[in-house]
Amino acid sequence: MDTEALFECVTSMSCLVTQTSTGLIVGSLLFLVATGLTMIFGVLGVVNFAHGSLYMLGAYIALSAFRLTDSFIIATVIGALGVGLFSLFFERFFMRRVYGADVLMQLLVCYAFILILDDAVKIIWGSEFQSMGMPAYFQEPPVFLAGGVIPVFYIYLIAISAAIAVGLWLLLNKTKIGKVVRAAAVNPSMTSALGLNTSLIFAGVFAFGGALAGLAGALAAPVRSMSPGMGFSVLIESFIVTVIGGMGSVSGALVGALLIGLIRSFGSIGFPYFIEGVMFIAMAAILVLKPSGIMGKDNR
Amino acid sequence: MKKRSQAIASQQRRQIITGSIAAVGLASIGMPGISLAQNNPIKIGMPTILSGRVAMLGEASRNAAIMGVEKFNAAGGLNGRPVELVIRDSKGKPDEAARITRELVNSDGCEMILDAEASSGAFAVHEVARDLGFLVIHTCSETSALTADPKMRIPNGFRAARQGVHDAIVGGDYSGKVAKEKGLKRWMSISPDYSYGKDTTAEFFEYLKYFNKDIEVVNSVWPKLFQADYSESITRLLQGKPQAIYSCLWGGDLTSFIDQASIYGLMKDRQFFGVNMADYAVLTAIKAVPPNIHSGNRYLKSIPKTQQNAAWCDAYLAKFKTMPLNWSWENAVGIDLMLNAIKQTNGTDTKKMSEALKGMTIDSPFGTNGKITMRASDHTIIDYAIAWGDLQPKEPYMPNPYMGNWKTVLELEKLWMKKKGYIS
Repeated sequence: MDTEALFECVTSMSCLVTQTSTGLIVGSLLFLVATGLTMIFGVLGVVNFAHGSLYMLGAYIALSAFRLTDSFIIATVIGALGVGLFSLFFERFFMRRVYGADVLMQLLVCYAFILILDDAVKIIWGSEFQSMGMPAYFQEPPVFLAGGVIPVFYIYLIAISAAIAVGLWLLLNKTKIGKVVRAAAVNPSMTSALGLNTSLIFAGVFAFGGALAGLAGALAAPVRSMSPGMGFSVLIESFIVTVIGGMGSVSGALVGALLIGLIRSFGSIGFPYFIEGVMFIAMAAILVLKPSGIMGKDNR
Repeated sequence: MKKRSQAIASQQRRQIITGSIAAVGLASIGMPGISLAQNNPIKIGMPTILSGRVAMLGEASRNAAIMGVEKFNAAGGLNGRPVELVIRDSKGKPDEAARITRELVNSDGCEMILDAEASSGAFAVHEVARDLGFLVIHTCSETSALTADPKMRIPNGFRAARQGVHDAIVGGDYSGKVAKEKGLKRWMSISPDYSYGKDTTAEFFEYLKYFNKDIEVVNSVWPKLFQADYSESITRLLQGKPQAIYSCLWGGDLTSFIDQASIYGLMKDRQFFGVNMADYAVLTAIKAVPPNIHSGNRYLKSIPKTQQNAAWCDAYLAKFKTMPLNWSWENAVGIDLMLNAIKQTNGTDTKKMSEALKGMTIDSPFGTNGKITMRASDHTIIDYAIAWGDLQPKEPYMPNPYMGNWKTVLELEKLWMKKKGYIS
């Protein structure tokens, strides 16, 4: 543990800016992935263990779209939509058969798709790792803020994630669709009894959650190499975020993601050999002190 | 009397005819058996990684082994007996590697193993070889201890892959010169947090300091293997303000790091020494190789710059539609050694083949002087081409290679082994 270096960093404006922005960067992508996961759990009551694979799929679809169109924006949209469509198919034909089933059955179905998607990606795109490369319009020198360094691409990434966070809050809290989704999450049978098509709501939420994971994959593509099986590490971190923030809570996913991001960025200075450990300790502490998560609703 | 001698002659004629018929009959039954033995393939088991994040290790390994086997079979095999590769996917799990190796030997009829596992799997396969006594040639593990440590050594175990300490000596020599020229005194490192990363980084700095005493390693960063995001590691490197950075990140991790580091401007006005950069998988994935990058050659068509190496590379590309990688040349050497031992001993006897392999020298397009030797003392290859140099974004990717001097490598390796207690 290097408390001296950590203290030095937090008392230095340049280091503070750099590390805080790093925390936001790491947290932003995590938020997008974890939000989808937490929404699916919150409304459908299933843990989508294949969520990391949806992230992977989004990255690969965006890669192909970028190679065809040379436009990162179009590639990102196609990546998100492509995964949304796949998620719809996955939900309609497979996941809905295991709603209410034992969690082991749900895990098996998801694990089967993890293996299928890994092999499909390998067959279609090859086993060698792929790289999109930074689109030309982001190949700019980093921005310097109070001596801290922030890459231009990451400013864009943080902005997109923030916009989605705000948009999602508005959608869930200020629109009829959001009201219906929240109702289905709280009491699906009553929602159905009121004449609302809960089957359609479930499909829509699953597709939307999947699309968010796909979007995260597409956004990460310029800076992260892709290979079959890359979704696994993202899945684990998403689970940590979801548990810390509260299963089913979108605002919790935001808080959890930012917390993990800041732990990673400042942890690399203060406790570089124990970052993963600190993340799990944080998760354990939350589970002990508030099992429903920071923003989760207490069911006791 | 005459009647008696005629009877005897007739008896003898019958015996001769009966005997001949019997001999022909026996021969006709015996011959298919002999033919079967002649055509019965020699099975070589090959556990490797064909799925998951490191699948390209297995594919590159398998491709090269297939090329070697096809060439051997096209030349008639062993007295008409072809060689057959039996390839299995361990999914990168050491316990699975051990299990499938046992299955290859015990159930699938494999008489020897070409082990194309990464280090953790290789150590597991090595223990199975120790237990069951079959011949094994490891082709992908570069962890020095696999053959350097006497406790690991078994009479039937060999390694046909580069060794970390060899790379470190040549890398330290080259980097020490560059550091002197450019005044690079303040160094940091970023390497994956597992045995290969730790050992290789330690070895590199040991030899860098040996060749240039003015070096100071101010800090090291250890991201997890297969970590997707290097932002916090990069900012840590930026805070450290090094003049030069060493890394043994590899494959997709290295590509991600370079892409992410570029947008932070980490490489600007800094020299980067990445031992695993000069591999086609990385060089083609990174759209623009940044300036100030130095690397050791993993596999390049131009190193060594010979017609044989270029021809092998072209043949590989024509057959598999992808460029060979570091694991490709290592498996090419491994299978060549194994097949040579089969030919030399005219069979598949483990003991005889192991004896033949000790000290064996083969012609190889990857040798410094066109040859590679399996060193008898510790069963690892030497005289393969090792080079370091700065990189450019197109062929030849390493335009000015600094070729490793094997005399120096072997001298310093001996000192290293003494220091480690591997030899007295």
